[in-house]
Amino acid sequence: MPINITLNGKKIEAQPGQTILEVARGHDVRIPTLCYHKDLSPTGNCRMCVVDVKGSRFLQAACVTQVSDGMEIETDSPKAVASRKLTLGLMLANHSPSCVTCDISGECELQDLAYEYQVDAPVWGMKGTRYPVDSDPNPFVRVDFNKCILCRRCVAACAEIQARDVWGVAKRGFEEIIVAGAGATMLEARCESCGQCVAYCPTGALSNKLSYGQGIARARQVTRVATTCAYCGVGCQFDLLVKHGKVISVASNPDAPVNGMALCVKGRYGYDYIHHPDRLKKPRVRRYLLEYKEKRLKGNAWDWIETDWDTALDLTAKKLREARDNFGPDSVGVLTSAKCLNEENYLMNKLARQVIGTNNIDHCARL
Amino acid sequence: MSNSMDDVAQKAEAFFVIGSNTTEQHPVFGTMLRRAVRFRGAKLIVADPRRIDLCDFATLHLRHKPGADIALLNGLMYILLDKGWEDKDFIAERTEGFDEFKATIMEYPPTLVSEITGVPINQLYEAAEIMAASKPMAVIWAMGITQHITGVRNVMTLANLQMLLGNMGVPGGGVNPLRGQNNVQGACDMGGLPNVFPGYQPVTSLEAIAKFGTAWGLQVEGSKVEIENAEANLQPATFQLSNRVGMTATEIIPGVLEGKTHALYILGEDPVMSDPDTHHVRDCLEKVDFLVLQEIFPSETAAYADVLLPGVSFAEKTGTFTNTERRVQMVRQAVEPPGDAKPDWWITAEIARRILAGTPGLPSLNGPFAGWDYPDTSAIMGEINALTPSYGGITHARLEAGERLQWPCPTSEHGGTPVLHVGKFARGLGKFTPIDHIPPAEEPSDDYPMVMSTGRVLYHWHGGQMTRRAKGLMQVYGEALIEINPEDGARLGLNGQTRVRVTSRRGSIEAQAWVTDRVPPGMVYANFHFPEASANELTQAILDPVAKIPEYKVTAVKVELTN
Repeated sequence: MPINITLNGKKIEAQPGQTILEVARGHDVRIPTLCYHKDLSPTGNCRMCVVDVKGSRFLQAACVTQVSDGMEIETDSPKAVASRKLTLGLMLANHSPSCVTCDISGECELQDLAYEYQVDAPVWGMKGTRYPVDSDPNPFVRVDFNKCILCRRCVAACAEIQARDVWGVAKRGFEEIIVAGAGATMLEARCESCGQCVAYCPTGALSNKLSYGQGIARARQVTRVATTCAYCGVGCQFDLLVKHGKVISVASNPDAPVNGMALCVKGRYGYDYIHHPDRLKKPRVRRYLLEYKEKRLKGNAWDWIETDWDTALDLTAKKLREARDNFGPDSVGVLTSAKCLNEENYLMNKLARQVIGTNNIDHCARL
Repeated sequence: MSNSMDDVAQKAEAFFVIGSNTTEQHPVFGTMLRRAVRFRGAKLIVADPRRIDLCDFATLHLRHKPGADIALLNGLMYILLDKGWEDKDFIAERTEGFDEFKATIMEYPPTLVSEITGVPINQLYEAAEIMAASKPMAVIWAMGITQHITGVRNVMTLANLQMLLGNMGVPGGGVNPLRGQNNVQGACDMGGLPNVFPGYQPVTSLEAIAKFGTAWGLQVEGSKVEIENAEANLQPATFQLSNRVGMTATEIIPGVLEGKTHALYILGEDPVMSDPDTHHVRDCLEKVDFLVLQEIFPSETAAYADVLLPGVSFAEKTGTFTNTERRVQMVRQAVEPPGDAKPDWWITAEIARRILAGTPGLPSLNGPFAGWDYPDTSAIMGEINALTPSYGGITHARLEAGERLQWPCPTSEHGGTPVLHVGKFARGLGKFTPIDHIPPAEEPSDDYPMVMSTGRVLYHWHGGQMTRRAKGLMQVYGEALIEINPEDGARLGLNGQTRVRVTSRRGSIEAQAWVTDRVPPGMVYANFHFPEASANELTQAILDPVAKIPEYKVTAVKVELTN
């Protein structure tokens, strides 16, 4: 049975059990949030989403308050707006002031809201750092609790997405802090380095160590390309972040069909091989092939010589053709690749069967 | 997979994970399983000789001996039948061969099965009870099931189990092998196998030969006899399709020493790291007349290549991958290739074109898809659409428009197929196959008293060419580790950080020991990510007779302290 409520003076229907935030978003009414994320259980602890509910003594957190019949809600009452400004001021008072050099400046949700509500750090606010910067030795996750707003999204992401429970909350009041395990390092707390906590962190408290300082959040300088991971068969999708022609990071793409925001350590952080100096950049052939000597695996006959494409391709075609014509099509073996595209595998199949005339084609499915 | 990952994660009442280290090898799917157990209360049975991480979430861990899968499964089915817990309606309506199958199962009473597998009798009953009470149950496996001489029989036994329980063709159930590589599914779909054209059309089928022969411009008109006689006249430059099933990867390379293989064209594979019995592989690659390798790195295999062609990584080309649940997804170019490197499809097309151009007396090939002029991979997909029924409606344009497609998707109007075998199996009735336990090929002996199993770890990928060049991954897992049980560790005198030597009948490796109860006493676990201590120096090239997959999961070894 739908119930009737009034939202910003407008009478609307809602379902029992829905939160104020869900109803508002369903009617395109924006309520600002920070600790809330649609993928995670709401905790109602940041107080940004407070709204005025007629008859209530206090403002209510929209992300955790369920609607009830006859409820009258004002989302941007002067009282609610003033409360949000105060909340932001208190967060900024206790937040590292260095937005200019922050790695996620531009994508920071705290920064967005401070700008929207035109709130600066109070003059009585934080003067220095309370915690060591880059405080955890994890090779992928950069931890800076000076930027933490204690929203607990990292705790929820680790518990509810990854089901690993690395992060928790310790101490109370002003001393309250996020900890790995019982105050251990992340890896000691059995962290799998999936980076889910980084993907859900609304500020720069958890960021990516591998790409730190490369400006991944500066949208004007970075192109995002949605693609499919090249490691395992799950088929996760993500965005490659490209700057100056280089992949500088991998970011979750919430529209990914299989995985949503989730990725594993290899998918999210195992990308730097792309620009590794070992990458092959020119065709190479053994010296003996150019000097028309017999195949010799020793000495300078076996040295690599870099060539142009025509030389290498003509040599390859000639050698494969000779094997086919001298020893029969089945003397040629073709190993195609489970790492390559469907289209490339199709061509390898066509080459083996049409051009060589053999069914000796396989790949590492068995290995 | 017969079902989709999302489908089983959301709808299965129970999971039976056997021979899959899911949280390390398919990590994101592994977390879906963990969530289903934690938040939905789904039951989880893990059957694995190792106490893998997923066991932390398991309702029950069956720690059977390596190579005892069939005995274990038959034993579970004995209890299901004995208690009358089978799905009688499903068996009657959708299957055949039940009576013969049941006769075999009745030879596996719990006492015998417990003896063969090492699993306590009460755990066998507990597992059977969970399976009977929690439906649908999804069976999930990976190489722990297939990399045995009984690989095919293991898989058929799992199919028997799911038919017995009536878990086929239903959401949340099914038989769900997890494919290892990002596009191993696609490589199979595209005819990267010795017995089938794209879309699993058999190379021995005259119909398929005529279809591809016509499409690719080969002389097939009225040449049925010629094709049938092809075997008799091994002629050079025979421009017809072969109707002989080809060799598998595990036969092609050893074929060098047998005089069968003279030239190799290898794309993005690293047999020196990934094939069994490395010493023998090296020997073969050294002796092959010609090896062209198309790669992104100078891999361990590159040392044996005559020509090395620089291909590109996934970030430098556009096309599609097909994941383990038959979902075809776009790969999009993000950056330019380094140096003169070229997309692999371009290189293959160039080689094909040049082989054809250099063939004297070749008549011009006339067929709708005879040529090799492809402007991009979208054009290649067009050819795939025309020749591969299951991919008939999967185009780049549809994928770019945001459609989510799992094959079979035969037409441009078809929306794809998330669950296979609904209402009917591909062959009509599901066939129960009576299958007996066969012990592994190499069992422990006095000289080699321990069992080694091999596999990968979370932080590395296969032969390690990519992950060994990823800085952070190397910081967490920078060298090969041999997992060994504390009991064996104590017997050997392992104390703290110690190196061990592991030796099989084929070779020997030295690496750091990781003393852990992840492995049971009598077993060690090694990976093949690092060339200085690759498990494949020790493995043997003994194959499943049908699938030709090597028995990586059981190798007899001895373990000693190094000095």
